[in-house]
Amino acid sequence: MGSIFNAQQIVNGLQVGSIYALIALGYTMVYGIVRLINFAHGDFYMIGAYAAYGAFYLFNASLGGKTGIVAFLVLAASMAASGAVALLANKLAYKPLRYKPKLSSLITAIGVSMFLEYFFSALPVIGPSYRSFPEIIPRTDITVGGAIISNYVVIDIAVAAILMVSLTLLVRKSSLGKAMRAVSQDKDAARLMGINVEKIISFTFLIGGAFAGAAGLLAGMTYPRIFPYMGIQPGLKAFIAAVLGGIGNIPGAVLGAYIMGLAETFASAYNSLIGEGISFAILILVLLIRPTGLLGEKTADKI
Amino acid sequence: MPALMTIQGMTHYFGGLRAVSNFGCAIQEGSIYGLIGPNGSGKTTIFNLITGIYKPTEGKILFDERDITAEKPYKIVQGGVARTFQNLRIFSNLTALDNIRIARQSSEKSSLASSILRTPGFLGEEKRIRKESLDLLDLMHLSDRAGEMAKNLPYGELRRLEIARALATNPKLILLDEPAAGMNPKEVEDLMSLIQRVRDQFKVTVFLIEHHMKVVMGICEYIKVIDFGETIAEGLPTVVGKDPKVLEAYLGKRGA
Amino acid sequence: MTRFKTPKLLITAAVVYGVIQALYSLGIINGYILHIINQSLIYVILAASLNLINGITGQFSLGHMGFAGIGAYVSGTLTTLIFKLNPSIPGSYLLFIVAILAGGLVAALVGFLIGFPSLRLKGDYLAIVTLGFGEIIRTVFNNIEYVGGPRGLLGIPKFSNFTVIFIVTFLSVAVIRNIIQSPHGRAMLSIRENELASELVGINTTRYKVLSFATGAFFAGIAGGLFAHLLQLAHPTQFGFSKSVEILIMIYAGGVGSLTGSIVAAFALTFLSEGLRLGIRALADATGLPIGGEWRMVIYALLLIFIMLFRNEGLMGTKESKVILIEEAD
Repeated sequence: MGSIFNAQQIVNGLQVGSIYALIALGYTMVYGIVRLINFAHGDFYMIGAYAAYGAFYLFNASLGGKTGIVAFLVLAASMAASGAVALLANKLAYKPLRYKPKLSSLITAIGVSMFLEYFFSALPVIGPSYRSFPEIIPRTDITVGGAIISNYVVIDIAVAAILMVSLTLLVRKSSLGKAMRAVSQDKDAARLMGINVEKIISFTFLIGGAFAGAAGLLAGMTYPRIFPYMGIQPGLKAFIAAVLGGIGNIPGAVLGAYIMGLAETFASAYNSLIGEGISFAILILVLLIRPTGLLGEKTADKI
Repeated sequence: MPALMTIQGMTHYFGGLRAVSNFGCAIQEGSIYGLIGPNGSGKTTIFNLITGIYKPTEGKILFDERDITAEKPYKIVQGGVARTFQNLRIFSNLTALDNIRIARQSSEKSSLASSILRTPGFLGEEKRIRKESLDLLDLMHLSDRAGEMAKNLPYGELRRLEIARALATNPKLILLDEPAAGMNPKEVEDLMSLIQRVRDQFKVTVFLIEHHMKVVMGICEYIKVIDFGETIAEGLPTVVGKDPKVLEAYLGKRGA
Repeated sequence: MTRFKTPKLLITAAVVYGVIQALYSLGIINGYILHIINQSLIYVILAASLNLINGITGQFSLGHMGFAGIGAYVSGTLTTLIFKLNPSIPGSYLLFIVAILAGGLVAALVGFLIGFPSLRLKGDYLAIVTLGFGEIIRTVFNNIEYVGGPRGLLGIPKFSNFTVIFIVTFLSVAVIRNIIQSPHGRAMLSIRENELASELVGINTTRYKVLSFATGAFFAGIAGGLFAHLLQLAHPTQFGFSKSVEILIMIYAGGVGSLTGSIVAAFALTFLSEGLRLGIRALADATGLPIGGEWRMVIYALLLIFIMLFRNEGLMGTKESKVILIEEAD
């Protein structure tokens, strides 16, 4: 069996970490802007996977053979569907509670999450059972230094990297990004500066949802089966990654996600029970030792 | 006679920012001691340090000949230091009576088991707490509000309720954080006589933070002025009121 | 002189018990309805104990069913695998009570161990830690072969009958009520209202948060034990996150902070849930359409969202009925 820290595990860990990172970004951005743990975020990822599934059969029938174009359209569909659902959830469920106690929104988010999961499994066209995910791009394996690396590993990591770099550029360089940072610092001041706060919040949900949707597609391709409850576990793990990195902090979420991906892969290789439990152990340790996370900043409460 | 509370060389940093610098004082039992200074000069931080919400970076706080610097807030309160807050912290969804009872009760006296079994001892203790709390409300002219939810009381009454709640803990020293904030001139007059009455009737020492010059000059027996965390003047009200540094740092800004 | 007060709760409970028992022996209530009543009573304990943590003390636990799971597995292991009890043997009820109490105590101990470090966390963070705890508990049960692993613990003797469940529920509610309406309960309420102010009127807030958490866990453990001996099994999936959310819906529907609300909501939602289950099945049979049981949970989820959006304070708000409220002499 050898060491659990072999090249194969590292590759697997980075691959899982990429998927977690895309989900964690949405968690962290939404938290940064409205201080809400959006429980339904993992379900946006599930919606992305189903949207990709549907889009593939739709486009493949008409564009069969043109793998690249189909793959691109499938990615666009998954991101659009999840982004749209995220927007809708914000508008219908979270916005009316914006200035109510924080727990009200949290509980509502749990309700939204339950609704999406059970609604999808109740819908006859989707149903509660597993579906196998189509091979959108033919899978090929290559062996590098004892580790089997499929082209999916490359795709997962590359898609995540491209999206994350674009997000960083957006937040750092564009005026929209500047407005987002302003709203996350101080909503009232931002409003006084003429920023349309609700528009920025909607935009954040849209981006967060779209990223989760892309993660859903990648996960569907990589572990080729999907089901309505598939978002619960990765959603929780990604949330923990966001907390580990410092919730509200974008680079922190990415760092946390890769640490989580690697830790979980190594731990599972050692013992499956520890593999299941390690994420929560990490969460509890972080919250007890450094609740602000690795890259989070300390905030003082005003007394 | 040793002072009731002595603070020596107390300094506190928030990150790199020095909020309180080498603060010291000796408060005599039975006195009304005033602390003034512009907004952001570190006054409330000093109260937060005394009551244990923050631990000072340096320095020592002696209360009743005991070092309370590292003690937990609730222990400090049980030891005889009570306070009110600049922005009221009332238990809004509880009745005025319950606000007082919570401060009056001492958890050690009624065990969980006697509460569950409603023993005669427990019922007697409950009766005592209730009576003493109603008496306190009466003293603050709030007795007709006993059963009212605190959130339904007007602002002036809430201020008095908070003072009553602080007194309910049976303090030797009471810290009042800007008690006159938001009051009209008539209410300020009443507050001043209330503070003096409280001091005489409950035999408590009063440590007061206030912006309102009339209150400070009118009732304090000793005044300390701070700015940017540093003490710039102290002494009797008549002396401090004429200090040019005080006029510049404090009155100058406000008079503008 | 302390005037002797009529024990309203006791009298009301005795009347309710008598009426249900009479209706059952007259055949007006059948065994199926009685089973739903039994379940409702157990949900009363779960909702009331979660309300102590979330509603009274203002903390936020999302792993309440994890404690019920501990109670179910500990008591089930004792009666089934260790004592090997049989309800027909006289005296075995005594050991059953011991097993149920042991389940509650172990749950309380775990509650204490978890609560002590994690109750420093506020609101949403605490929610996540308790959720994580619930998931860890479930994973642990899933992996212990001695108690059946993923198959669950089967063949638990049926000790929970209407009388046993009714008495235990009555005692649990009475104890929780007496705690709430005492200095301890008021201390917990003050933490909910303003934790800092509570500490600064001399309340040891850490102690009371842990006390409330461990007490809530104790009663959840008791409820879990009753469940295991009613359904005659303990299964990891009975104690997952979505079950904890069902209890959460009960306390938010009834009113956070109202014991009366929790009792009413536990009955109403247990019957509603059963009604929905039967209604959906009947609808599917009648129309021949593929209408699955998941719709029940869709309705539950929408109910939760609507409560939060339109009736935040729930059925009772923080008010109590006269039966629950203890009169105070002036």
